[in-house]
Amino acid sequence: MPISLNVNGQSREVDVDPATPLLWVLREDLGLTGTKYGCGIAQCGACTVHVEGEALRSCAAPVRVVAGRKVTTIEGVNSPAAKAVQKAWVELDVVQCGYCQSGQIMSATALLEKKPRPTDQDIDQAMAGNICRCATYHRIRAAIHAAAKQLA
Amino acid sequence: MKLQTGKSVSTFFLALVLSGAAFAADLRPADSFATVGDRAERSRALFAEAGKVIQHPRCLNCHPVGERPTQGTDMHPHSPLVVRGADDEGAVGMRCTTCHQDANFDPAGVPGHPLWHVAPKKMAWQQQSLKQICEQVKDPRRNGGKTLSQIQEHMAHDTLVGWAWRPGGTREPAPGTQEQFGALIAAWIETGAACPR
Repeated sequence: MPISLNVNGQSREVDVDPATPLLWVLREDLGLTGTKYGCGIAQCGACTVHVEGEALRSCAAPVRVVAGRKVTTIEGVNSPAAKAVQKAWVELDVVQCGYCQSGQIMSATALLEKKPRPTDQDIDQAMAGNICRCATYHRIRAAIHAAAKQLA
Repeated sequence: MKLQTGKSVSTFFLALVLSGAAFAADLRPADSFATVGDRAERSRALFAEAGKVIQHPRCLNCHPVGERPTQGTDMHPHSPLVVRGADDEGAVGMRCTTCHQDANFDPAGVPGHPLWHVAPKKMAWQQQSLKQICEQVKDPRRNGGKTLSQIQEHMAHDTLVGWAWRPGGTREPAPGTQEQFGALIAAWIETGAACPR
């Protein structure tokens, strides 16, 4: 069944079962492999994208729910908050193995777009669903604070 | 299982019918309380029966006392860590809708409903006695400003309440049916809406 999507500002049409997880459509049908498959059950956050600016776990959302809504993936995120996060990520050398990082960056950006000066608690609550097996959590938190300073 | 004889087949279907009857009997019908002569006692008994639903984990999980909902029949803390936030729909950046969509999504095992959220703090049911819950349900300051009639309508027809009987996946549904539950609440109100002692 054809479904019209808006991904990273571009209109795309895919012919898939409406119940297909959005993550599958992004990776398999649209070739956007920056969004990662981690757990498939909304427990790890590796598949995080934005829908209308809010974080969404694309492994746990059928593609039909984003029809006609703006989807942004790691390939297309470029708001001032996203740029500040990416800069801070590089400056603080946040990444270790890197597998979770696109999800981490998407969640951090979604937080900063709504709350430009988050507290530690804000960060912990917003990022609790993004697991990092390398345990770079301390650098992630520091980088979000650093990005917030850039945005101030 | 291999069924070889007519007798075995009959026994098998009888067992199916009986197990179905047992499931339907999870809640006593409201009219079965007519035998309780005292009106207030009847009302209390009706609410106690409705309490089998109200205090089922499927309902309690999203009526937490504190900031965090629970999940599962064992009511363990929600994983990943989530909080109710300022609007009972999650923290900034980690909303209920980050994971929960408009319907149950079995491929990921994640439940859903268009209005998925945590009940407000003043409607906490966990760690409360059925008497305390009853008093809260009746109190317009703590029930969202509802009249008893609106409470009955909410319990009987609200689709998020109704999710408790259609939880999807391997989740255990609330006892009985929403229709039976609504009838118990209606009968409780008709008999004076008395609270358990």
